[in-house]
Amino acid sequence: MTWALDHLDEIFSLAGQHAWLAGLPLLIGLVISIPLGWLATRKASLRTGLLTVTGLLYTIPSLALFILLPPLLGTKVLDPVNVIIAMSIYTIALLTRTVADGLAAVDTSTRQAAVAMGYSTFGRFRAVDLPLAIPVVAAGLRVAAVSNVSIVSVASLIGISQLGYFLTDGYARSFPTEVWVGIIACLLLALVFDLVIQLLARVLTPWTRVTA
Amino acid sequence: MIRFEGVTKKYGDGSGGESIAVNDLSLEAPTGRITVLVGPSGCGKTTTLRMVNRMIDPSSGVISIDGNDTAELPLAELRRGIGYVIQHAGLFPHRTVLDNVTTVPRLLGTDKKTARRRAMELIERVGLDPDLAKRYPAQLSGGQQQRVGVARALAADPPVMLMDEPFSAVDPVVREQLQNEFLRLQSELGKTILFVTHDIDEAVKLGDQVAVLRVGGTLAQLATPAQLLADPVDDFVAGFVGRDRGYRSLQFAEAPELELTNEPTVTIGTTASSVRAIGEPWVLCVGDDGEPMGWVRAAAVTSAVARDLLQRGGTVASTQGSLRELLDAALSSPSGRGVVADADGRFVGTIRASEVVPVIEARQQSVAAREDAAAAALHGEAAPA
Repeated sequence: MTWALDHLDEIFSLAGQHAWLAGLPLLIGLVISIPLGWLATRKASLRTGLLTVTGLLYTIPSLALFILLPPLLGTKVLDPVNVIIAMSIYTIALLTRTVADGLAAVDTSTRQAAVAMGYSTFGRFRAVDLPLAIPVVAAGLRVAAVSNVSIVSVASLIGISQLGYFLTDGYARSFPTEVWVGIIACLLLALVFDLVIQLLARVLTPWTRVTA
Repeated sequence: MIRFEGVTKKYGDGSGGESIAVNDLSLEAPTGRITVLVGPSGCGKTTTLRMVNRMIDPSSGVISIDGNDTAELPLAELRRGIGYVIQHAGLFPHRTVLDNVTTVPRLLGTDKKTARRRAMELIERVGLDPDLAKRYPAQLSGGQQQRVGVARALAADPPVMLMDEPFSAVDPVVREQLQNEFLRLQSELGKTILFVTHDIDEAVKLGDQVAVLRVGGTLAQLATPAQLLADPVDDFVAGFVGRDRGYRSLQFAEAPELELTNEPTVTIGTTASSVRAIGEPWVLCVGDDGEPMGWVRAAAVTSAVARDLLQRGGTVASTQGSLRELLDAALSSPSGRGVVADADGRFVGTIRASEVVPVIEARQQSVAAREDAAAAALHGEAAPA
Protein backbone atom coordinates (compact mmCIF):
# COMPACT_ATOMS: atom_id res chain seq x y z
CA MET A 1 0.00 0.00 0.00
CA THR A 2 2.76 2.40 0.97
CA TRP A 3 4.62 1.42 -2.17
CA ALA A 4 1.54 2.21 -4.25
CA LEU A 5 1.06 5.59 -2.57
CA ASP A 6 4.74 6.44 -3.07
CA HIS A 7 4.44 5.60 -6.75
CA LEU A 8 1.06 7.20 -7.47
CA ASP A 9 2.50 9.55 -10.09
CA GLU A 10 4.12 6.69 -11.94
CA ILE A 11 0.96 4.56 -11.68
CA PHE A 12 -1.19 7.31 -13.14
CA SER A 13 1.25 8.10 -15.90
CA LEU A 14 1.52 4.42 -16.92
CA ALA A 15 -2.26 3.99 -16.60
CA GLY A 16 -2.68 6.94 -18.97
CA GLN A 17 -0.29 5.28 -21.44
CA HIS A 18 -2.14 2.00 -21.03
CA ALA A 19 -5.52 3.62 -21.59
CA TRP A 20 -4.23 5.30 -24.72
CA LEU A 21 -2.68 2.09 -26.12
CA ALA A 22 -5.83 0.05 -25.39
CA GLY A 23 -8.46 2.74 -26.08
CA LEU A 24 -7.42 4.30 -29.37
CA PRO A 25 -7.35 0.86 -31.07
CA LEU A 26 -10.93 0.33 -29.87
CA LEU A 27 -12.01 3.37 -31.87
CA ILE A 28 -9.88 2.49 -34.90
CA GLY A 29 -11.08 -1.13 -34.77
CA LEU A 30 -14.72 -0.06 -34.46
CA VAL A 31 -14.46 2.31 -37.42
CA ILE A 32 -12.97 -0.48 -39.57
CA SER A 33 -15.25 -3.25 -38.27
CA ILE A 34 -18.46 -1.43 -39.10
CA PRO A 35 -17.96 -1.48 -42.90
CA LEU A 36 -16.47 -4.99 -42.68
CA GLY A 37 -19.42 -6.25 -40.64
CA TRP A 38 -21.80 -4.58 -43.06
CA LEU A 39 -20.08 -6.28 -46.01
CA ALA A 40 -20.47 -9.60 -44.19
CA THR A 41 -24.25 -9.12 -44.05
CA ARG A 42 -24.47 -8.40 -47.76
CA LYS A 43 -23.62 -11.85 -49.06
CA ALA A 44 -23.42 -15.26 -47.44
CA SER A 45 -20.15 -16.07 -49.23
CA LEU A 46 -18.59 -12.78 -48.12
CA ARG A 47 -19.71 -13.46 -44.57
CA THR A 48 -17.95 -16.81 -44.32
CA GLY A 49 -14.73 -15.45 -45.82
CA LEU A 50 -14.60 -12.23 -43.83
CA LEU A 51 -15.50 -13.76 -40.49
CA THR A 52 -13.02 -16.63 -40.91
CA VAL A 53 -10.16 -14.30 -41.81
CA THR A 54 -10.88 -11.70 -39.13
CA GLY A 55 -11.49 -14.45 -36.57
CA LEU A 56 -8.10 -16.01 -37.34
CA LEU A 57 -6.37 -12.68 -36.69
CA TYR A 58 -7.17 -13.11 -33.02
CA THR A 59 -5.14 -16.32 -32.88
CA ILE A 60 -1.86 -14.56 -33.73
CA PRO A 61 0.10 -14.34 -30.47
CA SER A 62 0.43 -10.72 -29.39
CA LEU A 63 4.15 -10.92 -28.76
CA ALA A 64 4.68 -12.24 -32.29
CA LEU A 65 2.62 -9.38 -33.68
CA PHE A 66 4.56 -6.77 -31.69
CA ILE A 67 7.81 -8.19 -33.08
CA LEU A 68 6.61 -8.82 -36.64
CA LEU A 69 4.97 -5.45 -37.24
CA PRO A 70 8.05 -3.16 -37.19
CA PRO A 71 9.82 -4.82 -40.16
CA LEU A 72 6.48 -5.03 -42.02
CA LEU A 73 5.59 -1.39 -41.41
CA GLY A 74 9.10 0.01 -41.38
CA THR A 75 8.60 1.38 -37.87
CA LYS A 76 11.04 1.33 -34.94
CA VAL A 77 10.63 -1.56 -32.50
CA LEU A 78 9.96 0.85 -29.63
CA ASP A 79 7.40 2.88 -31.56
CA PRO A 80 4.01 2.66 -29.73
CA VAL A 81 2.35 2.76 -33.14
CA ASN A 82 3.15 -0.96 -33.42
CA VAL A 83 1.05 -1.64 -30.34
CA ILE A 84 -1.75 0.60 -31.56
CA ILE A 85 -1.89 -1.28 -34.85
CA ALA A 86 -1.64 -4.70 -33.24
CA MET A 87 -4.45 -3.88 -30.82
CA SER A 88 -6.57 -2.50 -33.66
CA ILE A 89 -6.16 -5.83 -35.43
CA TYR A 90 -7.40 -7.68 -32.35
CA THR A 91 -10.32 -5.30 -32.01
CA ILE A 92 -11.27 -5.90 -35.64
CA ALA A 93 -10.98 -9.64 -35.04
CA LEU A 94 -13.50 -9.44 -32.21
CA LEU A 95 -15.82 -6.76 -33.54
CA THR A 96 -16.41 -7.71 -37.18
CA ARG A 97 -18.51 -10.71 -36.19
CA THR A 98 -20.36 -8.70 -33.56
CA VAL A 99 -21.18 -5.91 -36.01
CA ALA A 100 -22.34 -8.47 -38.59
CA ASP A 101 -24.51 -10.22 -35.98
CA GLY A 102 -25.91 -6.92 -34.72
CA LEU A 103 -26.87 -5.79 -38.19
CA ALA A 104 -28.37 -9.18 -39.03
CA ALA A 105 -30.47 -9.11 -35.86
CA VAL A 106 -32.58 -6.17 -37.07
CA ASP A 107 -36.20 -7.33 -37.29
CA THR A 108 -37.22 -8.42 -40.79
CA SER A 109 -40.41 -6.37 -40.84
CA THR A 110 -38.49 -3.27 -39.71
CA ARG A 111 -35.96 -3.76 -42.48
CA GLN A 112 -38.67 -4.39 -45.08
CA ALA A 113 -40.51 -1.27 -44.02
CA ALA A 114 -37.29 0.73 -44.41
CA VAL A 115 -36.71 -0.66 -47.89
CA ALA A 116 -40.32 -0.03 -48.91
CA MET A 117 -40.13 3.56 -47.71
CA GLY A 118 -37.42 4.27 -50.21
CA TYR A 119 -34.26 4.42 -48.14
CA SER A 120 -31.08 4.07 -50.16
CA THR A 121 -28.82 1.19 -49.12
CA PHE A 122 -26.50 3.52 -47.25
CA GLY A 123 -29.37 5.61 -45.88
CA ARG A 124 -31.00 2.54 -44.41
CA PHE A 125 -27.73 1.37 -42.92
CA ARG A 126 -27.08 4.73 -41.27
CA ALA A 127 -30.63 5.55 -40.15
CA VAL A 128 -32.04 2.13 -39.26
CA ASP A 129 -29.67 -0.83 -39.17
CA LEU A 130 -26.70 0.76 -37.42
CA PRO A 131 -28.61 2.44 -34.57
CA LEU A 132 -30.53 -0.77 -33.94
CA ALA A 133 -27.25 -2.73 -33.82
CA ILE A 134 -25.81 -0.50 -31.07
CA PRO A 135 -26.72 -2.75 -28.11
CA VAL A 136 -25.06 -5.80 -29.73
CA VAL A 137 -22.03 -3.81 -30.92
CA ALA A 138 -21.61 -2.27 -27.47
CA ALA A 139 -21.57 -5.74 -25.92
CA GLY A 140 -18.81 -6.76 -28.34
CA LEU A 141 -16.95 -3.55 -27.65
CA ARG A 142 -16.93 -4.31 -23.92
CA VAL A 143 -15.32 -7.68 -24.58
CA ALA A 144 -12.77 -6.06 -26.90
CA ALA A 145 -12.01 -3.36 -24.32
CA VAL A 146 -11.23 -5.85 -21.57
CA SER A 147 -9.23 -7.99 -24.00
CA ASN A 148 -7.22 -4.95 -25.15
CA VAL A 149 -6.41 -3.81 -21.62
CA SER A 150 -5.14 -7.30 -20.87
CA ILE A 151 -3.13 -7.81 -24.06
CA VAL A 152 -1.50 -4.36 -24.01
CA SER A 153 0.38 -5.30 -20.84
CA VAL A 154 2.37 -7.84 -22.89
CA ALA A 155 3.94 -4.91 -24.74
CA SER A 156 6.18 -4.27 -21.74
CA LEU A 157 8.21 -7.30 -22.91
CA ILE A 158 9.31 -5.24 -25.90
CA GLY A 159 9.86 -2.18 -23.75
CA ILE A 160 6.75 -0.10 -24.40
CA SER A 161 5.79 1.52 -21.14
CA GLN A 162 2.32 0.99 -19.66
CA LEU A 163 0.91 -0.81 -16.62
CA GLY A 164 2.48 -4.09 -17.79
CA TYR A 165 5.80 -2.62 -16.70
CA PHE A 166 4.84 -3.27 -13.05
CA LEU A 167 4.33 -6.95 -13.89
CA THR A 168 7.68 -7.47 -15.64
CA ASP A 169 9.59 -5.21 -13.26
CA GLY A 170 7.97 -6.70 -10.17
CA TYR A 171 8.73 -10.20 -11.46
CA ALA A 172 12.34 -9.34 -12.29
CA ARG A 173 12.85 -7.84 -8.83
CA SER A 174 10.87 -10.59 -7.08
CA PHE A 175 8.68 -7.89 -5.60
CA PRO A 176 5.07 -9.18 -5.49
CA THR A 177 3.59 -5.87 -4.27
CA GLU A 178 4.50 -4.22 -7.55
CA VAL A 179 2.97 -7.10 -9.51
CA TRP A 180 -0.25 -6.76 -7.50
CA VAL A 181 -0.38 -3.03 -8.10
CA GLY A 182 -0.02 -3.73 -11.83
CA ILE A 183 -2.81 -6.29 -11.79
CA ILE A 184 -5.21 -4.13 -9.78
CA ALA A 185 -4.50 -1.05 -11.91
CA CYS A 186 -5.23 -3.09 -15.07
CA LEU A 187 -8.44 -4.34 -13.51
CA LEU A 188 -9.59 -0.86 -12.55
CA LEU A 189 -8.75 0.45 -16.00
CA ALA A 190 -10.76 -2.35 -17.63
CA LEU A 191 -13.64 -1.50 -15.32
CA VAL A 192 -13.49 2.17 -16.33
CA PHE A 193 -13.56 1.22 -20.03
CA ASP A 194 -16.49 -1.08 -19.41
CA LEU A 195 -18.46 1.62 -17.57
CA VAL A 196 -17.76 4.26 -20.21
CA ILE A 197 -18.95 1.96 -23.01
CA GLN A 198 -22.07 0.97 -21.07
CA LEU A 199 -22.85 4.60 -20.37
CA LEU A 200 -22.38 5.61 -24.00
CA ALA A 201 -24.58 2.75 -25.20
CA ARG A 202 -27.23 3.78 -22.70
CA VAL A 203 -27.24 7.38 -23.87
CA LEU A 204 -27.36 6.31 -27.51
CA THR A 205 -30.25 3.85 -27.11
CA PRO A 206 -33.03 5.50 -25.10
CA TRP A 207 -35.62 3.22 -26.74
CA THR A 208 -34.24 0.09 -25.09
CA ARG A 209 -35.14 1.32 -21.62
CA VAL A 210 -38.83 2.08 -22.12
CA THR A 211 -41.46 -0.16 -20.62
CA ALA A 212 -44.86 -0.74 -22.08
CA MET B 1 -54.58 2.91 -61.33
CA ILE B 2 -52.21 0.02 -60.82
CA ARG B 3 -52.09 -2.22 -63.85
CA PHE B 4 -50.52 -5.68 -64.16
CA GLU B 5 -50.01 -6.93 -67.71
CA GLY B 6 -48.92 -10.54 -68.13
CA VAL B 7 -46.80 -10.41 -64.98
CA THR B 8 -44.88 -13.58 -64.13
CA LYS B 9 -42.41 -14.24 -61.33
CA LYS B 10 -40.28 -17.37 -61.42
CA TYR B 11 -37.71 -18.47 -58.88
CA GLY B 12 -34.84 -20.83 -59.60
CA ASP B 13 -34.84 -23.70 -57.12
CA GLY B 14 -31.05 -23.90 -57.16
CA SER B 15 -30.85 -27.15 -59.12
CA GLY B 16 -31.78 -25.81 -62.53
CA GLY B 17 -35.53 -26.16 -62.10
CA GLU B 18 -37.83 -23.30 -61.30
CA SER B 19 -40.97 -22.61 -59.40
CA ILE B 20 -43.60 -20.11 -60.44
CA ALA B 21 -44.84 -17.71 -57.79
CA VAL B 22 -47.00 -15.54 -60.02
CA ASN B 23 -48.17 -16.76 -63.41
CA ASP B 24 -49.18 -14.42 -66.24
CA LEU B 25 -51.20 -12.13 -64.03
CA SER B 26 -53.22 -9.36 -65.65
CA LEU B 27 -55.21 -7.16 -63.35
CA GLU B 28 -56.24 -3.57 -62.80
CA ALA B 29 -56.59 -1.91 -59.43
CA PRO B 30 -58.76 1.15 -60.20
CA THR B 31 -57.93 4.60 -58.88
CA GLY B 32 -59.45 5.48 -55.53
CA ARG B 33 -60.62 1.93 -54.86
CA ILE B 34 -59.59 -0.97 -52.66
CA THR B 35 -58.54 -4.06 -54.57
CA VAL B 36 -58.02 -7.09 -52.35
CA LEU B 37 -55.74 -9.96 -53.31
CA VAL B 38 -56.85 -13.07 -51.47
CA GLY B 39 -55.88 -16.71 -51.62
CA PRO B 40 -54.28 -19.58 -49.72
CA SER B 41 -50.57 -19.60 -48.78
CA GLY B 42 -48.41 -20.03 -51.84
CA CYS B 43 -50.79 -18.24 -54.18
CA GLY B 44 -48.29 -15.44 -54.75
CA LYS B 45 -50.39 -12.62 -53.30
CA THR B 46 -47.55 -11.05 -51.30
CA THR B 47 -45.14 -11.50 -54.20
CA THR B 48 -47.66 -9.71 -56.41
CA LEU B 49 -47.87 -6.84 -53.94
CA ARG B 50 -44.12 -6.51 -53.59
CA MET B 51 -43.61 -6.37 -57.32
CA VAL B 52 -45.48 -3.06 -57.36
CA ASN B 53 -42.81 -1.21 -55.38
CA ARG B 54 -40.12 -3.48 -56.81
CA MET B 55 -39.08 -5.09 -53.57
CA ILE B 56 -39.31 -8.06 -55.95
CA ASP B 57 -38.66 -7.64 -59.66
CA PRO B 58 -41.00 -9.48 -62.04
CA SER B 59 -39.44 -12.07 -64.38
CA SER B 60 -41.63 -10.80 -67.21
CA GLY B 61 -44.59 -8.54 -67.80
CA VAL B 62 -45.26 -4.90 -67.04
CA ILE B 63 -46.62 -3.20 -63.93
CA SER B 64 -47.64 0.41 -64.36
CA ILE B 65 -49.01 3.05 -62.03
CA ASP B 66 -51.17 5.65 -63.76
CA GLY B 67 -49.62 4.65 -67.05
CA ASN B 68 -45.99 4.87 -65.88
CA ASP B 69 -44.02 1.63 -66.14
CA THR B 70 -42.66 1.05 -62.62
CA ALA B 71 -39.52 -0.57 -64.05
CA GLU B 72 -38.51 2.77 -65.52
CA LEU B 73 -38.96 4.92 -62.42
CA PRO B 74 -36.00 5.53 -60.08
CA LEU B 75 -36.36 3.06 -57.21
CA ALA B 76 -36.31 5.56 -54.33
CA GLU B 77 -38.76 7.88 -56.07
CA LEU B 78 -41.13 5.00 -56.84
CA ARG B 79 -41.09 3.72 -53.26
CA ARG B 80 -41.42 7.10 -51.58
CA GLY B 81 -44.58 7.63 -53.65
CA ILE B 82 -46.21 4.43 -52.39
CA GLY B 83 -47.51 3.91 -48.86
CA TYR B 84 -46.64 0.50 -47.45
CA VAL B 85 -48.23 -1.17 -44.44
CA ILE B 86 -47.26 -4.64 -43.22
CA GLN B 87 -48.43 -7.25 -40.77
CA HIS B 88 -46.36 -6.39 -37.72
CA ALA B 89 -46.35 -2.69 -38.64
CA GLY B 90 -42.55 -2.81 -38.99
CA LEU B 91 -42.15 0.39 -37.01
CA PHE B 92 -38.64 1.61 -36.28
CA PRO B 93 -38.11 0.64 -32.64
CA HIS B 94 -35.50 3.35 -32.12
CA ARG B 95 -37.73 6.20 -33.18
CA THR B 96 -40.67 7.76 -31.41
CA VAL B 97 -44.13 7.46 -32.92
CA LEU B 98 -43.81 11.00 -34.25
CA ASP B 99 -40.44 10.34 -35.87
CA ASN B 100 -41.71 7.10 -37.37
CA VAL B 101 -44.55 8.97 -39.03
CA THR B 102 -42.29 11.73 -40.40
CA THR B 103 -39.90 9.23 -42.04
CA VAL B 104 -40.98 9.50 -45.67
CA PRO B 105 -41.67 13.26 -45.69
CA ARG B 106 -38.17 13.75 -44.22
CA LEU B 107 -36.70 11.50 -46.92
CA LEU B 108 -38.52 13.63 -49.47
CA GLY B 109 -36.92 16.75 -48.03
CA THR B 110 -39.86 18.23 -46.11
CA ASP B 111 -38.56 20.39 -43.27
CA LYS B 112 -38.85 18.94 -39.80
CA LYS B 113 -41.44 21.39 -38.51
CA THR B 114 -43.87 20.92 -41.40
CA ALA B 115 -43.38 17.15 -41.34
CA ARG B 116 -44.11 17.03 -37.61
CA ARG B 117 -47.19 19.19 -37.84
CA ARG B 118 -48.63 16.98 -40.56
CA ALA B 119 -47.65 13.86 -38.62
CA MET B 120 -49.55 15.07 -35.55
CA GLU B 121 -52.67 15.56 -37.70
CA LEU B 122 -52.32 12.04 -39.07
CA ILE B 123 -51.73 10.52 -35.64
CA GLU B 124 -55.06 11.95 -34.53
CA ARG B 125 -56.72 11.03 -37.79
CA VAL B 126 -55.94 7.33 -37.40
CA GLY B 127 -57.50 7.45 -33.95
CA LEU B 128 -54.45 7.71 -31.70
CA ASP B 129 -54.09 9.86 -28.62
CA PRO B 130 -51.66 12.72 -29.48
CA ASP B 131 -49.88 12.03 -26.18
CA LEU B 132 -48.59 8.81 -27.72
CA ALA B 133 -46.52 10.78 -30.24
CA LYS B 134 -43.52 10.94 -27.92
CA ARG B 135 -43.58 7.23 -27.09
CA TYR B 136 -41.50 4.46 -28.60
CA PRO B 137 -43.22 1.61 -30.50
CA ALA B 138 -42.44 -0.86 -27.70
CA GLN B 139 -44.74 1.17 -25.45
CA LEU B 140 -47.76 0.68 -27.72
CA SER B 141 -50.26 -2.16 -28.07
CA GLY B 142 -50.37 -4.13 -31.31
CA GLY B 143 -53.45 -2.25 -32.48
CA GLN B 144 -51.85 1.12 -31.72
CA GLN B 145 -48.67 0.12 -33.55
CA GLN B 146 -50.73 -0.84 -36.57
CA ARG B 147 -52.41 2.58 -36.54
CA VAL B 148 -48.99 4.23 -36.44
CA GLY B 149 -48.05 2.01 -39.39
CA VAL B 150 -51.02 3.35 -41.33
CA ALA B 151 -50.25 6.96 -40.34
CA ARG B 152 -46.63 6.48 -41.42
CA ALA B 153 -47.71 5.09 -44.79
CA LEU B 154 -50.04 8.06 -45.31
CA ALA B 155 -47.55 10.71 -44.17
CA ALA B 156 -46.33 11.78 -47.59
CA ASP B 157 -49.88 11.60 -48.98
CA PRO B 158 -49.06 8.93 -51.58
CA PRO B 159 -51.77 8.22 -54.15
CA VAL B 160 -51.10 4.48 -53.92
CA MET B 161 -51.02 2.24 -50.84
CA LEU B 162 -49.85 -1.35 -50.56
CA MET B 163 -51.11 -3.22 -47.52
CA ASP B 164 -49.84 -6.70 -46.68
CA GLU B 165 -52.09 -8.40 -44.11
CA PRO B 166 -52.04 -5.24 -42.00
CA PHE B 167 -54.70 -6.39 -39.56
CA SER B 168 -53.82 -10.10 -39.24
CA ALA B 169 -51.67 -9.92 -36.13
CA VAL B 170 -54.17 -8.28 -33.79
CA ASP B 171 -57.05 -9.83 -31.86
CA PRO B 172 -60.48 -10.07 -33.54
CA VAL B 173 -62.09 -7.18 -31.65
CA VAL B 174 -59.25 -4.78 -32.43
CA ARG B 175 -59.14 -6.10 -35.99
CA GLU B 176 -62.75 -5.17 -36.55
CA GLN B 177 -62.16 -1.69 -35.13
CA LEU B 178 -59.15 -1.21 -37.37
CA GLN B 179 -61.07 -2.46 -40.41
CA ASN B 180 -63.97 -0.09 -39.77
CA GLU B 181 -61.69 2.88 -39.23
CA PHE B 182 -59.72 1.95 -42.29
CA LEU B 183 -62.93 2.04 -44.36
CA ARG B 184 -63.87 5.41 -42.84
CA LEU B 185 -60.40 6.78 -43.59
CA GLN B 186 -60.52 5.47 -47.14
CA SER B 187 -63.92 7.07 -47.72
CA GLU B 188 -62.28 10.40 -46.85
CA LEU B 189 -58.97 9.87 -48.65
CA GLY B 190 -59.86 7.77 -51.71
CA LYS B 191 -56.44 6.15 -52.15
CA THR B 192 -55.69 3.50 -54.74
CA ILE B 193 -55.16 0.51 -52.51
CA LEU B 194 -53.85 -2.97 -53.14
CA PHE B 195 -54.59 -5.06 -50.05
CA VAL B 196 -53.38 -8.58 -49.38
CA THR B 197 -55.11 -10.96 -46.98
CA HIS B 198 -55.67 -14.70 -46.55
CA ASP B 199 -58.98 -14.00 -44.84
CA ILE B 200 -61.91 -14.12 -47.25
CA ASP B 201 -64.21 -12.36 -44.77
CA GLU B 202 -61.80 -9.45 -44.58
CA ALA B 203 -61.52 -9.42 -48.38
CA VAL B 204 -65.28 -9.31 -48.81
CA LYS B 205 -65.67 -6.66 -46.13
CA LEU B 206 -62.99 -4.27 -47.34
CA GLY B 207 -62.69 -4.82 -51.06
CA ASP B 208 -64.36 -2.78 -53.78
CA GLN B 209 -63.14 -5.67 -55.88
CA VAL B 210 -61.58 -8.96 -54.87
CA ALA B 211 -59.02 -10.96 -56.82
CA VAL B 212 -58.92 -14.61 -55.75
CA LEU B 213 -55.56 -16.22 -56.54
CA ARG B 214 -54.88 -19.93 -56.55
CA VAL B 215 -51.70 -21.78 -55.63
CA GLY B 216 -49.24 -21.35 -58.46
CA GLY B 217 -50.03 -17.68 -58.78
CA THR B 218 -52.87 -17.61 -61.28
CA LEU B 219 -55.91 -15.40 -61.05
CA ALA B 220 -58.99 -17.53 -60.37
CA GLN B 221 -61.60 -14.76 -60.26
CA LEU B 222 -61.78 -10.99 -60.17
CA ALA B 223 -65.14 -9.71 -59.03
CA THR B 224 -66.97 -7.43 -56.64
CA PRO B 225 -67.55 -9.06 -53.24
CA ALA B 226 -71.25 -9.53 -54.01
CA GLN B 227 -70.50 -11.23 -57.34
CA LEU B 228 -67.89 -13.40 -55.71
CA LEU B 229 -70.32 -14.70 -53.09
CA ALA B 230 -73.20 -15.06 -55.53
CA ASP B 231 -71.34 -16.60 -58.42
CA PRO B 232 -67.97 -18.25 -57.68
CA VAL B 233 -66.40 -19.14 -60.99
CA ASP B 234 -65.32 -22.69 -60.06
CA ASP B 235 -65.04 -25.21 -57.22
CA PHE B 236 -61.79 -23.70 -55.97
CA VAL B 237 -63.28 -20.24 -55.54
CA ALA B 238 -66.53 -21.68 -54.12
CA GLY B 239 -64.53 -23.69 -51.60
CA PHE B 240 -62.37 -20.73 -50.72
CA VAL B 241 -65.29 -18.35 -50.36
CA GLY B 242 -66.66 -20.89 -47.91
CA ARG B 243 -69.95 -21.76 -46.30
CA ASP B 244 -72.65 -19.27 -45.34
CA ARG B 245 -72.05 -17.41 -48.57
CA GLY B 246 -75.79 -17.20 -49.19
CA TYR B 247 -76.28 -15.49 -45.87
CA ARG B 248 -73.11 -13.40 -46.16
CA SER B 249 -74.03 -12.16 -49.62
CA LEU B 250 -77.07 -10.46 -48.03
CA GLN B 251 -74.70 -7.85 -46.62
CA PHE B 252 -74.43 -6.38 -50.10
CA ALA B 253 -78.19 -6.19 -50.50
CA GLU B 254 -79.44 -2.84 -49.26
CA ALA B 255 -82.65 -3.17 -47.34
CA PRO B 256 -85.64 -1.67 -49.12
CA GLU B 257 -88.12 0.51 -47.20
CA LEU B 258 -89.91 -2.04 -45.09
CA GLU B 259 -93.00 -1.71 -43.08
CA LEU B 260 -91.90 -1.95 -39.47
CA THR B 261 -94.09 -2.98 -36.60
CA ASN B 262 -94.66 -0.47 -33.86
CA GLU B 263 -93.55 -1.74 -30.51
CA PRO B 264 -94.57 -0.52 -27.09
CA THR B 265 -91.38 0.28 -25.14
CA VAL B 266 -90.46 0.66 -21.50
CA THR B 267 -87.56 2.44 -19.79
CA ILE B 268 -85.40 1.66 -16.77
CA GLY B 269 -87.66 2.11 -13.75
CA THR B 270 -90.98 1.24 -15.45
CA THR B 271 -93.05 -0.60 -12.85
CA ALA B 272 -93.88 -4.30 -13.05
CA SER B 273 -97.60 -3.61 -13.39
CA SER B 274 -97.06 -1.29 -16.41
CA VAL B 275 -94.81 -3.92 -18.00
CA ARG B 276 -97.44 -6.64 -17.57
CA ALA B 277 -100.15 -4.32 -18.88
CA ILE B 278 -98.47 -4.48 -22.31
CA GLY B 279 -99.35 -8.17 -22.41
CA GLU B 280 -96.24 -9.45 -24.24
CA PRO B 281 -93.78 -12.01 -22.84
CA TRP B 282 -90.83 -9.86 -24.06
CA VAL B 283 -90.78 -6.06 -23.87
CA LEU B 284 -88.20 -3.72 -25.38
CA CYS B 285 -86.42 -1.28 -23.08
CA VAL B 286 -85.11 2.00 -24.55
CA GLY B 287 -82.84 4.66 -23.11
CA ASP B 288 -83.31 8.39 -22.57
CA ASP B 289 -82.62 9.21 -26.22
CA GLY B 290 -84.85 6.46 -27.49
CA GLU B 291 -81.91 4.11 -28.18
CA PRO B 292 -82.72 0.40 -27.83
CA MET B 293 -81.06 -1.08 -24.71
CA GLY B 294 -82.31 -4.66 -24.59
CA TRP B 295 -85.26 -6.97 -24.13
CA VAL B 296 -86.89 -7.66 -20.77
CA ARG B 297 -88.83 -10.81 -19.96
CA ALA B 298 -92.05 -9.46 -18.46
CA ALA B 299 -92.36 -12.36 -16.01
CA ALA B 300 -88.90 -11.59 -14.60
CA VAL B 301 -89.81 -8.03 -13.54
CA THR B 302 -90.77 -8.13 -9.87
CA SER B 303 -90.87 -4.44 -8.90
CA ALA B 304 -89.47 -2.33 -11.78
CA VAL B 305 -87.34 -2.68 -14.91
CA ALA B 306 -83.66 -2.74 -13.89
CA ARG B 307 -80.46 -2.90 -15.91
CA ASP B 308 -79.54 -6.40 -14.78
CA LEU B 309 -82.80 -7.74 -16.22
CA LEU B 310 -81.88 -6.62 -19.76
CA GLN B 311 -81.15 -9.27 -22.36
CA ARG B 312 -78.60 -7.70 -24.68
CA GLY B 313 -78.02 -10.58 -27.13
CA GLY B 314 -80.06 -9.08 -29.94
CA THR B 315 -78.30 -7.10 -32.69
CA VAL B 316 -79.72 -3.81 -33.88
CA ALA B 317 -80.28 -3.21 -37.61
CA SER B 318 -80.13 0.23 -39.15
CA THR B 319 -82.83 1.57 -41.46
CA GLN B 320 -79.99 2.17 -43.94
CA GLY B 321 -78.49 -1.28 -43.35
CA SER B 322 -78.40 -4.45 -45.41
CA LEU B 323 -80.80 -7.37 -45.57
CA ARG B 324 -78.19 -9.31 -43.60
CA GLU B 325 -78.46 -6.84 -40.70
CA LEU B 326 -82.23 -7.05 -40.71
CA LEU B 327 -82.29 -10.83 -40.83
CA ASP B 328 -79.63 -11.06 -38.14
CA ALA B 329 -81.50 -8.63 -35.89
CA ALA B 330 -84.62 -10.80 -36.17
CA LEU B 331 -82.73 -14.09 -35.67
CA SER B 332 -80.77 -12.85 -32.66
CA SER B 333 -83.71 -11.26 -30.86
CA PRO B 334 -85.12 -13.34 -27.95
CA SER B 335 -88.62 -12.14 -28.87
CA GLY B 336 -88.16 -13.05 -32.55
CA ARG B 337 -88.76 -9.38 -33.37
CA GLY B 338 -85.66 -7.71 -34.80
CA VAL B 339 -84.92 -4.23 -33.50
CA VAL B 340 -84.45 -1.50 -36.11
CA ALA B 341 -82.99 1.94 -35.34
CA ASP B 342 -82.62 5.06 -37.46
CA ALA B 343 -79.35 6.74 -38.43
CA ASP B 344 -79.19 8.48 -35.04
CA GLY B 345 -79.58 5.19 -33.22
CA ARG B 346 -83.18 5.80 -32.10
CA PHE B 347 -85.55 2.85 -32.05
CA VAL B 348 -88.08 2.99 -34.92
CA GLY B 349 -89.74 -0.43 -34.99
CA THR B 350 -89.30 -4.19 -35.23
CA ILE B 351 -89.37 -6.75 -38.01
CA ARG B 352 -89.70 -10.55 -38.02
CA ALA B 353 -87.54 -13.00 -39.99
CA SER B 354 -90.71 -14.17 -41.75
CA GLU B 355 -91.11 -10.63 -43.08
CA VAL B 356 -87.50 -10.37 -44.29
CA VAL B 357 -87.42 -13.68 -46.14
CA PRO B 358 -90.06 -12.71 -48.79
CA VAL B 359 -87.94 -9.61 -49.55
CA ILE B 360 -84.89 -11.83 -50.08
CA GLU B 361 -86.83 -14.14 -52.37
CA ALA B 362 -88.24 -11.25 -54.38
CA ARG B 363 -84.72 -9.91 -54.78
CA GLN B 364 -83.44 -13.25 -56.08
CA GLN B 365 -86.18 -13.34 -58.66
CA SER B 366 -85.43 -9.83 -59.83
CA VAL B 367 -81.69 -10.67 -60.14
CA ALA B 368 -82.57 -13.78 -62.17
CA ALA B 369 -84.92 -11.75 -64.37
CA ARG B 370 -82.21 -9.15 -64.97
CA GLU B 371 -79.72 -11.83 -65.97
CA ASP B 372 -82.25 -13.43 -68.33
CA ALA B 373 -82.85 -10.03 -69.90
CA ALA B 374 -79.11 -9.47 -70.27
CA ALA B 375 -78.68 -12.89 -71.87
CA ALA B 376 -81.63 -12.26 -74.19
CA ALA B 377 -80.16 -8.92 -75.25
CA LEU B 378 -76.87 -10.66 -76.02
CA HIS B 379 -78.71 -13.27 -78.18
CA GLY B 380 -80.66 -10.52 -79.86
CA GLU B 381 -77.43 -8.89 -80.94
CA ALA B 382 -75.89 -12.16 -82.02
CA ALA B 383 -78.95 -13.35 -83.99
CA PRO B 384 -78.69 -11.17 -87.14
CA ALA B 385 -75.09 -12.29 -87.80
